[in-house]
Amino acid sequence: MARAYQKEESKEVKRERRAQNFAKYLASLKFGFYCMTHPIDGFWKLTHEKKGTVGAATTILFFTILVRILKLRYTSFMFLQVYWEDINIFLYIASILFPLALWVVGNWALTTLFDGKGRLKDVYMGTCYGMLPYPVIQFPLMIVSNFVTIEEGQFYQVLSVLSLILCLLLIVNGLAQIHAFSPGKNLLFTVASLFAMLVMVFILMIFFSMISQGVAYFISIGREMMFRI
Amino acid sequence: MKNKIAKIVTTLAVVIGIGFSGLATVEAGEDNYTYTYDYWGDVQESPDVYSVARVFTYKDLGMDKNITNAESLFVYKDRIYVCDTGNNRIVVLRRDGADDLVYEDEITAIKGTDITALSEPSDIAILETLDADDEGNAVTKEYMFICDRGNARIVKVDMDLNYILQFNKPVDPAITEDSAFKPDKIVVDTAGRVYCSASGINKGLVKYESDGVFSGFIGATRVAYNFTDYIWKKLASQEQRAKMESFVPTEYDNVYMDREGFIYACAGGMDEEDLRSETVDAVRKLNMLGSDILVRNGAYYDGKFPVFGDLYWGGGGGVTGPSYFKDVTVLDNDIYVCLDQNRGRLFGYDDQGRMVYAFGGTGNMEGYFRKPVSIEHMDNDLLVLDQLDCSITLFIPTEYGSLIYRAMDQFDHGDYDEAQASWEQVKMLNGNYSLAYIGIGRSLLRKGEYKESMPYFEAKYDDENYSRAFQQYRKLWIREHIITIIVIILAIFLVPMAIARVYQVKEEIDNADIFKLRR
Repeated sequence: MARAYQKEESKEVKRERRAQNFAKYLASLKFGFYCMTHPIDGFWKLTHEKKGTVGAATTILFFTILVRILKLRYTSFMFLQVYWEDINIFLYIASILFPLALWVVGNWALTTLFDGKGRLKDVYMGTCYGMLPYPVIQFPLMIVSNFVTIEEGQFYQVLSVLSLILCLLLIVNGLAQIHAFSPGKNLLFTVASLFAMLVMVFILMIFFSMISQGVAYFISIGREMMFRI
Repeated sequence: MKNKIAKIVTTLAVVIGIGFSGLATVEAGEDNYTYTYDYWGDVQESPDVYSVARVFTYKDLGMDKNITNAESLFVYKDRIYVCDTGNNRIVVLRRDGADDLVYEDEITAIKGTDITALSEPSDIAILETLDADDEGNAVTKEYMFICDRGNARIVKVDMDLNYILQFNKPVDPAITEDSAFKPDKIVVDTAGRVYCSASGINKGLVKYESDGVFSGFIGATRVAYNFTDYIWKKLASQEQRAKMESFVPTEYDNVYMDREGFIYACAGGMDEEDLRSETVDAVRKLNMLGSDILVRNGAYYDGKFPVFGDLYWGGGGGVTGPSYFKDVTVLDNDIYVCLDQNRGRLFGYDDQGRMVYAFGGTGNMEGYFRKPVSIEHMDNDLLVLDQLDCSITLFIPTEYGSLIYRAMDQFDHGDYDEAQASWEQVKMLNGNYSLAYIGIGRSLLRKGEYKESMPYFEAKYDDENYSRAFQQYRKLWIREHIITIIVIILAIFLVPMAIARVYQVKEEIDNADIFKLRR
C-alpha cells in the first residue's frame, strides 16, 4: 500500500523534475550566448556555478555539425566548391567528432594532474560552448552567400575567418576559466594538449596495426594447419 | 528451386559483367585521343576536334631526297615552306585542294652576294608590304627573310631570291666576340623589323631595325630563383660558384607573330615547380616593348589552370616531366595552338587562357608523332612537322571542331543568337565540355537574359560571369519589386511600433484616474 503511494508520488515528482530539467536545459542553452559575449565571466559560471549542462553542450555540437554539413550544399558555389565524389558524410562528421574527443580526453588527462579544476564533463562542456559562434555566424552567412557577387564576397571571407578565430579564442579562454588557470599556464597546457592528441593518434595507430598483425598471425597459423592436415 | 538458383546466378553474372565492362570503358578513356580538363582538373574525354587528312613524306610529295633534320614550317598564302635544315635547302609546297600538298620548288641558294649557297636554313619568314613602283603607284611587294644559320646571318631577299640585305651577329657587350652567331627562329613585323631567337643568346629576342641595324634585345624570359640554391651560392667559394648553374633566362624555342603583330614565344625545359607556381611561363605574348600580355587564367591551386599543357606528368610510356612547348601558332580567331614535343600533343587555348582542346600522342600511327618540331596553320587547318618521321601531318577540323570555331566567331561578331545555337550543338556532341556551357551562358548574358544564363555558369563554376549575370539580375529584380520591398521594410518597423502603441494606450486607459475613481 505504502509502496503504491510512493510510486504515485514519484511519478509526479518525476514530471516536475523533468519540467525543471527542461527549463534548466533551455536556460543553459541560452547561457551559451552569454558565454559568447562575456567569455571570462561566462565560462567561469559555466562550471563553477553550474550554469551549463551537458545536454546544451551536445545541442551546440549538433548544430555545429549540422551547419557544417548544410554549408556544403547551400553555400554559393562561388565561395565553396564541393567535389561531391570525394564526400563521405560519415567521415565528414567524424572529422569534427574525432579531434574533439581526442582534445577533450587529452586536455583533461593533462590538466587533472596539474591542479586543473575541470572534470572530463566540464572540459567537454567548455569546448562545445566555445563552438557556438560557428553555427551562429556561419548559418546566416551561408544564406547571404547566395545573394552576393564575387566582389562583395570579401565580407563573406572575412566573417567566415572571424567566426573560426572567435571559436578558437573562446575555447582556449574557456578552458582557462574552467581549470582556474592563469593565462600563461593555460597556453602551456593548450599546446601540451595538442601534443597529447598527437601521442594518442600515434598509440591508436600502433594499436590497430598490432591487432591486424596479431589477427594475421593466427590466420596464417590456421592456414598452415589446414595445409598439414 | 534449381531454376531459381540458375536465375540468380545468371543475374549476378550479368550484373558483374556490366560492372566490369563499365570499368573497362573507363580505363580505355584514359588515353583517349582528344580530351579537355574540367573545373576540377579531371580529364574529360572529348570527340575529336581535328582529324588527319593525310600524312606526307618525301615520296608522297614526289621529291628525290628525304627531308632530314627539318626544323621549321612557314605558311604564306597557299604555299608551305619547309626548312629542310639537314639538306641545306628550303622546300616549297603548294596546297592543292582540301587534302593534298604538291611539291613546287626548292631554294638552295640566293643570288647577288658572296656566299650564295644556304647552309642549315633554320627558319623563314615572308613580309608583304605596300611599296611604290617607279611611276608612284602602290604595289604590294614581298620579301623573304631566310635564317641562314650555317652562315651566321639572316638574309633578306626578294621573291626571285635576289640579295637585298643581311642581318649579322649583333655587336653587344653581352655577347662574346669569338662565339658563333646561330640564328634559330625569326619573325618579321609589318615594318620589316626582324626579331630573332638565337642559340646562346638568352637576353631575349634579338631585334633588328628594317635597315639591318641591331637595336637591342626584347622580352627576356623570367628567371626563377631557387631559394635553396641561392643560399648555397652565398655560402659557396668562388670555384664552387663557377661550377654551379647560374640563374639566367632561357632561350625561346620558337616565335610566332600573330595577325595583330604580337609575338608569341614559347620555351620548354622549365623546372616543374616553377611552372606550377607560375614563376616561369611556357608561352608568352610579347608586345612591341617586349612585355608579356598573355591572358592567364589564374593560379594552379585556384581551380584554374595556367597555360602549360598537361596537368599530370606521370611517367607513362617512358615520358616524364611537364609538356615541352616546341612551337606555337595562332589561328585567326586568336586561339593559339601549342605543340608539345614531350608527349607529341597539341594544346589549343583561347584568348582567355582556357584550354579549348588537347589531342595527340607519341607513336607511329596517323595523328601521332615521334619528334614534332614545328606547327603552322592554314585557316583552321593545322600542319605539323615531325623531325624523326620526316613527315608533315595535315589536320583538318572535324564537324565538332568547326562547330566550336564557328560558335566562337559568331560570338566575336556579336551574333549571340547564332552563337548560342552553335554552343548548344557543341553541348549536344560533348556534354562534358565546360566551354560549351560557359559559351551558352555568355551568349545569354549578352542578350540580357541574366536569370537564364546563371545555371550555365553555376554548372561549370564560372564565378566571374555568374557574378556579372547575378548583379544585373539582382538590380532588375529590385527595380521590379521595389514597392513590395519598401512595404515589407515599413511593415517590419511599423507593425511592432503600432502594437506597442496600442498596448501603451490600453495601459494608459486602464490606469487612468477616472476609471480608478469609479472603481
